[in-house]
Amino acid sequence: MTLLKVEGLLKSFGGVTAIADLDFEVPEGVVYSIIGPNGAGKTTLFNMLSGIYIPDEGSISLNGKDMVGLSPHKIARSGVARTFQNLQIFFNMSVLENVLVGCHLRIKENLISTALRLPMAVREEAKAKQWAIDALNFCGLGEYISSPSDALSYGVLKRMEIARALAMKPSIIMMDEPAAGLNDTETAEMLSLIRRISESGITVLLVEHNMNLVMQVSDRVLVLDYGSRLAEGSTEEIQNNPQVIAAYLGTDTNDGVIGTKTGGSHYAV
Amino acid sequence: MKRIKGLIILAIILIALPILFPNNYFITVVGTAVALHAVLAISLNLLMGYAGQISLGHAAFFGIGAYSSAILTTQHQWNPLLSIGAGMLITGIIAFVIARPILKLKGHYLAMATLGFGIIVSIILVQAGNFTGGPDGLSDIPPLALFGWTISSDFHWYVVMSTVLLLIVWLVNNLIDSRSGRALRALHGSEVAAEMMGINTTSVKTNVFVLSALIASFVGSLFAHQQAFISPDSFSFFFSIELVTMVVLGGLASTYGAIFGALVLTFLPELLVVFEDYEVMVFGGILMLMMIFMPQGLFVALENLISRLYRNYFNPPLPVPASDGENHDVA
Ligand SMILES: Nc1ncnc2c1ncn2[C@@H]1O[C@H](COP(=O)(O)OP(=O)(O)O)[C@@H](O)[C@H]1O
Ligand SMILES: [Mg+2]
Repeated sequence: MTLLKVEGLLKSFGGVTAIADLDFEVPEGVVYSIIGPNGAGKTTLFNMLSGIYIPDEGSISLNGKDMVGLSPHKIARSGVARTFQNLQIFFNMSVLENVLVGCHLRIKENLISTALRLPMAVREEAKAKQWAIDALNFCGLGEYISSPSDALSYGVLKRMEIARALAMKPSIIMMDEPAAGLNDTETAEMLSLIRRISESGITVLLVEHNMNLVMQVSDRVLVLDYGSRLAEGSTEEIQNNPQVIAAYLGTDTNDGVIGTKTGGSHYAV
Repeated sequence: MKRIKGLIILAIILIALPILFPNNYFITVVGTAVALHAVLAISLNLLMGYAGQISLGHAAFFGIGAYSSAILTTQHQWNPLLSIGAGMLITGIIAFVIARPILKLKGHYLAMATLGFGIIVSIILVQAGNFTGGPDGLSDIPPLALFGWTISSDFHWYVVMSTVLLLIVWLVNNLIDSRSGRALRALHGSEVAAEMMGINTTSVKTNVFVLSALIASFVGSLFAHQQAFISPDSFSFFFSIELVTMVVLGGLASTYGAIFGALVLTFLPELLVVFEDYEVMVFGGILMLMMIFMPQGLFVALENLISRLYRNYFNPPLPVPASDGENHDVA
């Protein structure tokens, strides 16, 4: 069954066309990767899917429901979670509190009982805390539960963002370059984390430059080039697609990297 | 637990002071002023420290509360308690109406807009002489009576204001440590991430702005009944800056820090008589120095220092807790 369906999507910034007439469908339950060189429009696509940017044209539907024009918090309500290429951490809060923010939509709150700290509010808080701890443990961050978030390594923060997104209990999670900047051990952990997320029934939309990881974890891959679709298919189809191979300059995919791996987007999200 | 501990210590101090120093001007009169300023600083800190939205016009809401009470009780013979409620209603409506356009702005623009609002309100207080008494203000504001008990002496006001302070600290701390409180702190950390967690950042901003205005209006009314006389001077731009200085001095995003800031800046002018002429300069100087050398605030810096000393001398370093298993399911 199709979970996410994108048709005729278009977005340009001034003269730059970031996404040009893009179509694709994401079946429920898969790991769906989007690859392409820097500037191909991957982050812009995520920003449209999550409501941060409004597409110039085209439609986005989730479970058959039209998403275009909804603000990010409404899109979050329909079960969409995401992480960011350049981290968006609540540095003014602890790790646990960051993940508790992820539980926002699941917590029932009554302002009176919160302000007076009535037993009902205390119970709800305890429940939420357990959800957040479970999400942190799931991401292998059990030891950081009570740490402040501004003293942690990049790799830990990346996983914390994932824990925060998982705490939402989403039906789909979008990850923007989760392995960028990670060392080999951390990348291997990330691979197994993505697998576990997928196994728990969440559809994964992955943007990633590390081809080893992409080819190991994906069910389907979409290749973007200047905002449009160069190829789409299973990992074997993509690896053997002459156009993809040509576009990546006779790429020897054995070194695990297609395209440039430097830096990232220069934009805020 | 920390939440309750701070509150208990504060309550003990507030109770002990008048017992240790009976009939002491500093304790009752200045103490009442400290408590009042502390409540204002806490309310501003909700907006500035926690939600990260600067306001240079907070004194305006304090003023709207005070003048609503004063006008309704002196010119329309309203019951003081009713007039406090009416003041909050008026303030709430004004805050709600201006919140949306103002809070779309960020940084310097937000600072300028709130500054402008504060100045407009103080000009109205001076110019609308028929209602506000103009620069001379309003006098003969009746005292407040609670259940037949008239709050008249300095000591009575100390008791009332201390109680209000404790109540506000308790409520605000409960709020901060809840779903709504985390939502408003998330705003400060990353608006885009907050939105992606399902938080309607526009409405959270509006709500915290209105809440902070309501608290200011409430103590504004109390202030009017306590003083029996008010004039626009008390609600000027300079007082807004003084409140910002209190918050910054104590440390943004710390309720007890805001109390500390209020304490220091209320006592200083009492101790140094010369201070009065240079008040605004001193506040400006404090703001600059704090921003440059101690952006986390004096209170928070002291707190960190004390807890570091405490840890070093009384507790051996804690062993690192073992990592928990990885296979719990979030679903
Ligand atoms: N907010 C923006 N304003 C202007 N141009 C943008 C903006 N966001 C992205 N772009 C442009 O759109 C193109 C795609 O960028 P991006 O989506 O970040 O690519 P990717 O994530 O694939 O590296 C780039 O040419 C980039 O310069
Ligand atoms: Mg990108």
